Amino acid sequence: MELNKKNKKTRRDFLKLSSAIAGSVAFYSMFKPIESVANRKTDVTEREHWYGFGFDIEKCIGCGLCAKACKIENDVPREPFFFRTWVEQYTIKNGHIIKDENVIVESPNGGIDGFTQSVPDKEIFKSFFVPKTCNHCYKAPCVQVCPVGATFETPDGVVLVDDSYCVGCGYCIQACPYGARYLHPEKKTADKCTFCYHRLKKGLAPACVDVCPTGARMYGDLDDKEGPLVQFIKNHTCRVLKPHLNTKPKLFYNALNEEVR
Amino acid sequence: MPKHILRLIILFVIVIGLFLVARQFLIPESFGEYGHYRANSIEENANHDIKYVDRAECAECHDDIAALKQGGPHKNINCQTCHGPGNLHIEDPTPENIVKETEREFCGRCHNKNAARAKLIKQIDINEHNIESKCIECHNPHEPWN
Amino acid sequence: MEHFDQLYQALNEVVGYIYPNEIELRWSILIVLYPYITGLVAGAFILASLNRVFEIKALKPTYEISLLAALAFLLVATMPLIFHLGHPERFYELMMTPHSSSAMAIFGFVYLWYLMVVLLLEIWFDYRRDFVVWSQESKGLKKFLYKVLTLGSNDISPKALKLDDKLGYIITVVGIPSAFLLHGYVGFIFGSVKANPWWSSVMMPVIFLLSAMVSGIALILVTYMVINYFRKQKIDMLCLDSIGKYLFYTIIIDFTLESLDQIHRIYEAEESFDIISLLISGKLFFTMSIMQVLAGTLIPLFILGFFQFYKPKEKIRKTAYLISGILVLVGIFFMRWNVVIGGQLFSKSFYGFTSYKIGLIGGEGMLAAGVWMVVPILILVFLLWLLPPWKKQHSGG
Repeated sequence: MELNKKNKKTRRDFLKLSSAIAGSVAFYSMFKPIESVANRKTDVTEREHWYGFGFDIEKCIGCGLCAKACKIENDVPREPFFFRTWVEQYTIKNGHIIKDENVIVESPNGGIDGFTQSVPDKEIFKSFFVPKTCNHCYKAPCVQVCPVGATFETPDGVVLVDDSYCVGCGYCIQACPYGARYLHPEKKTADKCTFCYHRLKKGLAPACVDVCPTGARMYGDLDDKEGPLVQFIKNHTCRVLKPHLNTKPKLFYNALNEEVR
Repeated sequence: MPKHILRLIILFVIVIGLFLVARQFLIPESFGEYGHYRANSIEENANHDIKYVDRAECAECHDDIAALKQGGPHKNINCQTCHGPGNLHIEDPTPENIVKETEREFCGRCHNKNAARAKLIKQIDINEHNIESKCIECHNPHEPWN
Repeated sequence: MEHFDQLYQALNEVVGYIYPNEIELRWSILIVLYPYITGLVAGAFILASLNRVFEIKALKPTYEISLLAALAFLLVATMPLIFHLGHPERFYELMMTPHSSSAMAIFGFVYLWYLMVVLLLEIWFDYRRDFVVWSQESKGLKKFLYKVLTLGSNDISPKALKLDDKLGYIITVVGIPSAFLLHGYVGFIFGSVKANPWWSSVMMPVIFLLSAMVSGIALILVTYMVINYFRKQKIDMLCLDSIGKYLFYTIIIDFTLESLDQIHRIYEAEESFDIISLLISGKLFFTMSIMQVLAGTLIPLFILGFFQFYKPKEKIRKTAYLISGILVLVGIFFMRWNVVIGGQLFSKSFYGFTSYKIGLIGGEGMLAAGVWMVVPILILVFLLWLLPPWKKQHSGG
């Protein structure tokens, strides 16, 4: 009798325990997807590098050779509608500084053929070049929206496209706030700057960085506190593009004016 | 349970079953290894051929020109910035497979007058400065500051 | 290449500055059709559900028509989407490795749920008794099709029919939130793109849903009239008036919400405001102010509103309902156009515009788009031939 009762009790305990476990598993599995939407990071403690760019607007002279080298190095279609990197010239005219109509932005053929000054000197308040490329965002909207997982951030921080898996829906192109993506006209898949991943892995600098005659473009390891990129960010007043969108770019600009979008 | 409901349920079970079976075959290899993507794609991206070669390789044959260039403000400029990618030239060093820029416009990319580069480097107005001749007729392209 | 010729032309028409990759407008007419068609589906279904769940007797003659129209358009809804992909043959990847953080990835599942579980089942339970009867009465192909549709069970005992009715009702109840989900979700695909201020709005799913209801109700209004015209049957004016009434109410809510969204935008006047106001007064003036607001909203609103107070002769009302219905359908099409195309006309640098000219031929031309609008109508004709609502035996359920 006594034994039987005890047995019953443990059985009930067992049932309680197992249902509690089952319940919490079900509860957890309900929240797992939510968590993965909000915080879709894989464990990156074991990464060897975490790559980022540093662009110095004060040093860029608008030769456009970076954009040209990029097209050659990566077989980017030569038509003027597809760019992995490009250079913009901003010219702010004399007059009302705050108004947008006094800001002139140009990027003829992405700057590949160089720039010709279009506004006469006496009308210019300020002019500068801005090199642009994929920001390899830490919270990349393109990665977030890709429906099939064909674009992703590698453990070392580079946002890449899997062109054998991309369906070519174009959602990532819409989601990129920086206009860094295009649909490759032959491959029919999304395409963008790869940080010259094939060069990085061979110990070489990205082509645009390598050919830059003034050192306006640099790259480095954001994990390496003594490295050139972190030191560049430390010693200059650096900003990222469109910080309000919270995409956390890994491309840092020195001397970025607020007119630049 | 009426027969038609039972058959309906069986139909649904078959469809869902087929879907689950198809998934086993259609999810690519290496998918999900690091995250929601094909891990092999990282390697595929890394396997492309390079065209702009290691900048140190040029000096192995052209040590004289490299030395010339060392003496002035162009010393940090990669040879391939002006000469284009060196991959073909390194395999088969002939003058035909390397770019030799000779036109004024090319030098003008950096040195033509432009308000945006005013303070940074030496500039001339390409439309006024010695318009009759090419830059390289007076300036040695590997030592233009002399 | 013709594609590049178009792009060179667009390059010449760029106003101000746009990012060099933005010259090509990535989502074309086919992506306009996608929310348009899904909207028609959701709207038609919601009308059918109103009918069944809230037992609105006046709408009875449109119940099956609404369901069949919803099915006809739903079968085509994915087509423009798939054919717009760079790699249509890779579409299955969306079902195999759906990315949990992507608003688009869930589409396949939302779609299948709605098609397989809600719509097909509701129609099946509604028609099952008729399948059995018809499979015994008809001959040839029809007999075979009905036979397959019965799933080999001829059980039409009162008990079985009662169960059918009950299950059908449950599915309808489940179906209403599903229809809301389907189209609210389509709105979310656009509304969640934070890079694009013309799209990024919490109101987007709600607006898409309401405009879906507007377009779906208008579709049923027009379809009902056209079917009766071809069948030479007298139109049930009570039914028509009730559809008109519901159309009127939904347009009011839809228009209010859309206005609220715009007023909010204007009052907040964020960074993107200047370029958006240029967009509305310039490139979107015709499609938005004229087609969407004036022709698609204000004129039908006026006509339908007028009928709520005063009902002229039947003949005038019929003509006016038909015109209003068509105007609303056109108006909602342009609403989708203004969202999808409008959102890509301005640069994300907010410094300029690209242009979009729709071609006549080609996979993304006007003709292809026309085909995707005609196919559902053909499917509907087939469905009406196979499952004529007017031959159904209405008893008990």
